[in-house]
This record gives sequence, structure tokens and C-alpha cells, in this order.
Amino acid sequence: MITLKDVNKNYSSEVSIGPVDLEIPRGGITALVGPNGAGKSTLLTMMGRLLGIDQGAIEIAGMDITTTKSKDLAKIVSILKQENHFMTKLTVRQLVGFGRFPHSKGRLTAEDEEIISRYIDFLHLAELESRYLDELSGGQRQRAYVAMVLAQETEYVLLDEPLNNLDISHSVHMMQHLKDAAEQFNRTIIVVLHDINYAARYARYMCAMKNGKVIHMGRTEELMNNQILTDIFETPIEVISTPQGLLACYH
Amino acid sequence: MRDERTDAGQVLLMHDSVASKSQSKTRMSGSFRTSSDRTKYWILMGVLLAGSLLATFGLLAYDNPMPFGTRRFWIIAQRRADAVTAMGIVALCQAVSTIAFQTVANNKIITPGIMGFQSLYAAIHTSTIFFFGATGLLNARTFEMFLFQVLVMVGFSFLLYGWLLRGKNANMHSMLLVGIILGGGLGSLSTFMQRMLTPSEFDILTARLFGSVNNAEAEYYPVAVPLAVGSALILFFLSKKLNVISLGRETAENLGVTFSRVALTVLVLVAVLSAVSTALVGPMIFLGFLVAMLTYQSAPTYDHKYLFPLASLLAYLVLTLSYFLMNHIFSAQGVVSIIIEFVGAVVFLTIILRKGAL
Amino acid sequence: MNSTVALTPKPRTSRAPLYTAKLGLGCLLVLILLALSLLTGAFDIFSGEEGREMFAISRVPRTIALVLAGAAMSMSGLVMQLITQNRFVEPSTTGTTEWAGLGLLTVLFFYPSASILFKMSAAVAFAFIGAMIFFLFLRRISLKSSLIVPIVGIMLGAVVSSVSTFFALQTDMLQSLSVWFAGSFTSIYQGQYEILWIVLGVVIAVFILADRLTLAGLGEEFSTNVGVNYRRMVLIATALIAIATGVVTVVVGSLPFLGLIVPNIVSMFRGDDLRSNLPWVCLGGIAVVTLCDILARIIIAPFEMPVSVILGVLGATVFVGLVVKGGANAR
Repeated sequence: MITLKDVNKNYSSEVSIGPVDLEIPRGGITALVGPNGAGKSTLLTMMGRLLGIDQGAIEIAGMDITTTKSKDLAKIVSILKQENHFMTKLTVRQLVGFGRFPHSKGRLTAEDEEIISRYIDFLHLAELESRYLDELSGGQRQRAYVAMVLAQETEYVLLDEPLNNLDISHSVHMMQHLKDAAEQFNRTIIVVLHDINYAARYARYMCAMKNGKVIHMGRTEELMNNQILTDIFETPIEVISTPQGLLACYH
Repeated sequence: MRDERTDAGQVLLMHDSVASKSQSKTRMSGSFRTSSDRTKYWILMGVLLAGSLLATFGLLAYDNPMPFGTRRFWIIAQRRADAVTAMGIVALCQAVSTIAFQTVANNKIITPGIMGFQSLYAAIHTSTIFFFGATGLLNARTFEMFLFQVLVMVGFSFLLYGWLLRGKNANMHSMLLVGIILGGGLGSLSTFMQRMLTPSEFDILTARLFGSVNNAEAEYYPVAVPLAVGSALILFFLSKKLNVISLGRETAENLGVTFSRVALTVLVLVAVLSAVSTALVGPMIFLGFLVAMLTYQSAPTYDHKYLFPLASLLAYLVLTLSYFLMNHIFSAQGVVSIIIEFVGAVVFLTIILRKGAL
Repeated sequence: MNSTVALTPKPRTSRAPLYTAKLGLGCLLVLILLALSLLTGAFDIFSGEEGREMFAISRVPRTIALVLAGAAMSMSGLVMQLITQNRFVEPSTTGTTEWAGLGLLTVLFFYPSASILFKMSAAVAFAFIGAMIFFLFLRRISLKSSLIVPIVGIMLGAVVSSVSTFFALQTDMLQSLSVWFAGSFTSIYQGQYEILWIVLGVVIAVFILADRLTLAGLGEEFSTNVGVNYRRMVLIATALIAIATGVVTVVVGSLPFLGLIVPNIVSMFRGDDLRSNLPWVCLGGIAVVTLCDILARIIIAPFEMPVSVILGVLGATVFVGLVVKGGANAR
């Protein structure tokens, strides 16, 4: 479980976060949704301890993220930001191998190699594993990054807009992979999503943010509600029931 | 998924041998992409080592008036060996510091040389000759002076880095820029003092302000060698952390490496290496850059454990070979470092205009 | 924004008026500074015939040179900042000044008896190449932070000056190179500085082209969309920068950071409206150079310091302040 207590942050003159009190339960995918500038990515970055908080406390699996050593946290929580640009020339496998760093400190054991292979295969990257990252397409590279954070084998995985720059087919596959990862490997995945319909289809919980505050947090079915979504996005939204589940219509 | 399959098909065509080999063998994620890359690396190391040995022998023995093996031969060789030692120290310092610096700065087109060390060196020497005259500068060629310079330079960078890297929101690029600009400000003060010198004083100063192994004194070595080797070794043992740092600040933090702490350690070591090299032979900006560039181009790996030795050998070969050529073939002693700087600068420009990739 | 129009209901326009009472006040201040400059110096200009002659030969040309060089360099800094959309660039942080120096040196090396016009053309041509290389460069690198741009520029400058040093050392011109390079108005006198009038053209051109330059700064697609020929504008901007830098470098020497501090200080006080800032940048450039030159003359009188030393120290301080302040906001 991730617990946020009275978290405050003045990020810049436009974005200030808080106070946020939030509990994210174990298991499944939790989607952070909300309009632009609501502070979703900032909140995620703070949970991933890449950004300090001004006030309050965040606990992940009972560990306070400001007092726990970064290298110990790296075995419990992993975070992938949107922009990833490396100056070194790495192959897919070498990149995924870095995910094992918190455990092996760079000295890969046979067990590590097995784990690396497992996640490469899981994201269908086996044929590409000895290719350099700059030889891949955007979608393939995105999968390689996700494979790296999965190979970190942390209970909690935080992803900042993993569908950014992916077309429909890649997006669907990515969400499917994430859902499978949550189920097969028993992970808790928290992801920032722009499209509420992906959240509706794949997330177990939804957390709606607006103006730096959490407005609603609950099971996806509860949040997929005309009134709630219309309020959050300040746009008329109608939720309809389809054979594939709930769907938000907004045009 | 269909388009992925076609992609994969292309890979199999393109890297047929590679892909099928890695499939049939156990899959490993080592420092090299394939075992042939590993072989290539060690062959390269072998060639460089042989070249370095040859150049060293050439520098010691070529044009030695005494027949090889006699006692007198060794006396002359001994004297030359001092200069060769200086080359070794400088090569190690420049190569290791540049690569570590570029990794921490996450940028492959800068060198620690522009961080103000040479301005500080120039300021120290210019003010010495300005206030104490030419004899003052000549008398200041002491062991204490060497230590003093190293201490001033390391202290300067420690203050700067410590001040600018403290706190979670520290920005690496603003730190670099501040260092560069402070160096520039110091430089214009030195320029002003240089204008007041007589031409003969200026000539003496100039000789000192250009990197040359002739500036090195053997009595500095007991301090210079342990400092250089020690710092280089620590950086070598930090290789694994440097590999993680090279993925950028956020990825490194995600993997549990505290960026600012590692960066500060690395930068202080870089400062020690740069200070030793500068205080020993004078400023050299582009040697490190040239060597780092060549290393990235030729080494088929990202792993610092392999980059450092290759770069050091390359730097040593470049230095010894150019000294050998200049001293014995073109008999143009004294301009070696300037030529290296010139070549480094030209390589810098061409690489950036042709590849432009960062 | 200003007291004269505040009384009447303000018509909604997208640009602030260019000429206002405050600007008049600014002009007056600059004129006072210039008068001070005319009066400062070792020679007593009120000592009859001789004094008047001295005044005409040395003081007046020097003051005119201050006006022209100050305005031109601060303008070319502004143009560079517009084109790159980065407030840390100017000719001395992008290697352009160093290229001009290299051009000058090349002429001295191959053709020592060349006329000043020829030397100047070479400096301008090299400055043009240098600025072009820098712009090319910027388009190729994936920029992650605005601070990396000046770092790259300074690196480029260091590269070029190491080539210059190589040449200079080969030909024993090192000390004269450094003397030549340190900007100073000491050697400005009648019959020698007139060529500097060329940069007046640059200043006028910037005034005329300001809007189009701003558009070009927003990128190729954006400017093509509103019908501005991007490539031509970048070429024109480069030419303007090159002419200003080349001419000033040959006649006066380098004036480091001038193009950086003036536009930044102006936009700190007045916001980022380029058009109404233009006259202020012009005036500010003149004021800063004149002030530094007066300081350079009195600090160790009767000797003179090169104005570039004062500008270098002052500019470095302002620059570091900007970086530290900007760095705190950037993240």
C-alpha cells in the first residue's frame, strides 16, 4: 500500500500540489487521471522520490520515502518517466540488465540473467535484444524501458504516461502487458493516463486529480460516472455501458 | 503485433549471424553486445599496448648516441624517462577525467578543461611573474609551488561543486556554466596583467602557459604519481555506478544511486586529476576530448571498466607518438602540445559537423 | 505601463508605444554619460588651441565609437537571442568573436600589409562562417536544457581560439594578438575609427527587421506558416551579427558579455516585448560601454585598463547571477 499524508509541494508558480491524502491499495493497476496541469505527473514523481516534498509524508509498503535509503527503496518501488534519453549506446538487453542493479550492484548472476530474459520475453523483445536502442522504433523502445523497470522486480511500479507517442495498437498492447504483469507477477502498477477509456478498460482503481488535489479515489466502476467525470474535466461526459465494459463519450 | 513481426524479420536479416548466435547460446547481458565485440576490444587493447611500448622505446632509445645496453645509454635513457613518465601521468589524468566528467555531465562534447582549471593555472603563473618578475617565476618552480597549485585548484572546484550541487534541485548544467564563466572572468584578469609584461617576460610566461612535458620536474612525481593513480583507480572501481549515472539523473535515482553524492565524488576526483595534470605540464584542453571521442568511436561497449583503460592507453599513445615524431622526425620540439590541441580542435569541429549527434 | 496613456481609457493594442517620456529620460542620462566621457582623460582639453585639437582628434571619435560599438554589440546579442530563443547567447558565448579574431589573424599571417578594409572584410567573413556553424550546430543537437547552448558555444569558441593560438605562436604574434583582442577604446582617434560607422547600418536594419526576426526565432515551420522566409531571415540575422562583430572586433577588440547583459537587464525591467525594448537595448548598450570605458580610464589613471577587462569581470558576475537565479527557477 502507498500512503500519502498531507502532502504539499509548491512546484512552480502554476502548479502547486496539495494537501493530498491518499491510499493506493496493493494489486492491480491504479490510473491517475485528470485534466492538464492537475499535478498527476508531479505527484507520481514525488511517490517515486525523484522530487522532494515540501510537507507531509509518503509511505510505500510501510517505509517512509524521505528517510529510507534510496538503494533500499529501489527494491520496492520503480519509476519510469516520460522522457528517456541516454547518451550511451546500449543494447536492449544491456538496458534491461540495468534493472537488476539494485539487487546485484552491477554484477549479474545467472539468476539475474534468467530474470532479464523473462521480462524481455514477456514484452516480446527477444528478437531485438541485441539491437541498440537507437535502432528501435518508438514503440519498441518504450517496451524496452518498461522491461527495465519490470526487471527491477519491485512490488510497486510507477509509470508516467507510458502510452505517450504510441499508436492505438501499441497502446492496447502496452496496457495488456501491464495488466498481465500486475496479475502474473503480482505487482501494483500506478500509471498516469490521458485517455480515461484506457483507464476504464484496464485499471482496477482510478484516482482523479484536479488543481493539485485528489478529488476522487475508488474502484474504476465507481468513478466512471457522468457527474464525476463531467466535473473533473469540465466537459460534458456521458458514460455508456458496452459489452466490453464502461465507456466514456465526450463528443 | 503484426508490424512487430516484420520489424523482427528485418532484424534477423540484418543481424542474421548475431541474432541466431545469441539465440542458440545462453543469453547473457555482458558489457559487450557479442563475443566478437569482446574480441575486437582486446585486439584493440593489444595493438595499442604494442604501439605504446614501441613509442616508449623509441623515445628512450632513438638517436641515443651511446650503443644500446651500455651504462652510458641507460644514463641518457634515464633522463628521457622523466619526460616519458610525465606523458604517462598526463595521459592517465586526461583520459580518465574527461570520460568520467562527460558521464556525470551527461554530455559528450565537453571537457573538464573548460571548467576554469587552466584559467586558474594561468592566473597563478601570470600573477607570479607580474608581481615577482621573471626570476620570481623561475624560482617558484618548486615542489611546494606544485603542491600549492594542486591544492588551490582542487579547493576551488570543491567549493564550486559543493555550493552548486547541494540540495535536491541542483542543476548540473548551471554548475558547469558558472565554472566556465568564472574561468573566463579570471582569464580576462590574466590577459590584463599579461599586457603589462615586457616582451621577454611574456615569452617566459608563454612557455609556461602551454602544456609541455618539459614543464614537468621529476621531483613532483612522488606526489603526482600517487595522486593520479589513486584517483584513477577510485574512478575505475566506481565504474558500475558510473554506468548507471550515464543513464541520466532520474533513471539513476530510480535504480537507487544517489546522483548528487556520486556526482560530487566523481567531480572532486576529476578536479584532482585535472589539477595534477595542469600543475605538472600546463593546460591542455583538447587532448582529453580527442581521446574520449576516439574511445567512444572504437570501443564497442558502454562499460566504464573497459572505457577507462582503453582511453588511457590511447592518450598515452597519442602523446608519445606525437612527441617522438615531432622530436625526431620533424625536429619541431616545443610545439607538440599545441599541435595536439590543434588536431583535437579540428577533430572536434569535424565530428560535430559531420555527425552532430550528442 | 506608462503614465501618459494611463489617464485615457487604454485602447487594446498588442504592442506598447515605442517612444515615451521614460525613453526621453533614458536618452538624457546617456547624453550626460557621453558628456562625462568627453571630459574624462589625462589631457586638459580647455587649454586653448591645443586642447580643442586634442578634443577633436581623440575625445570626439572615442565617444562616437562608444556609441556605435555599444549599440551594435548589444543589438547583435539581442538578434542572436531572438534567433536561438535562448537568453544566454551572444557573440562571445557562441564563438563568433573568436572566429572574427581568427579571420583577422589569417589576413595578418598571409598578407600583413593589408588595408584595414580588407582585414575587416576577412573578420566579417569568418564571423559569418562561425555564426552559421553555431546555428547549424544548434539544429543538430537534441537540446535538453537552455544552459547547454552557451556551454556548447563556449566550447566552440575555445576550439577556434586554440587554432588562433597555434597560428599566432607559429608567427610570434601571440602578444600582439592578445593586445589586439582585448577590447579597448584607447587607440581610437580621428582617421582610424570612421569605418565603425558601418555598424550604424546594422542597428537600423535590426529596428526594421525586428518583427520578422522574432518570427524566425519561433522556428522554421512557424515562420513559414505566417509567410516569413525562414532561411533568408536566418541568413540576414547571421550577416548582421557577423558585420557588427567583425567590424567592432577589428576596430575596438572584443567586448565580452555586452550583448548578453544589456538585453537581459532590459527584459528584467520591462518584460519580453521586443519591439518596445529595442530602443532601450540600444541605449543600455551605449550606457554600459560608456560607463565601463570611463571606469577603465580613471581606475588606474594616468594609465588605462582595457575596457574588455572591466566588461569581462562585470559581465561574468551578471551572467553567473542570471544562471544561478534561472537555475533555481528552471527545476
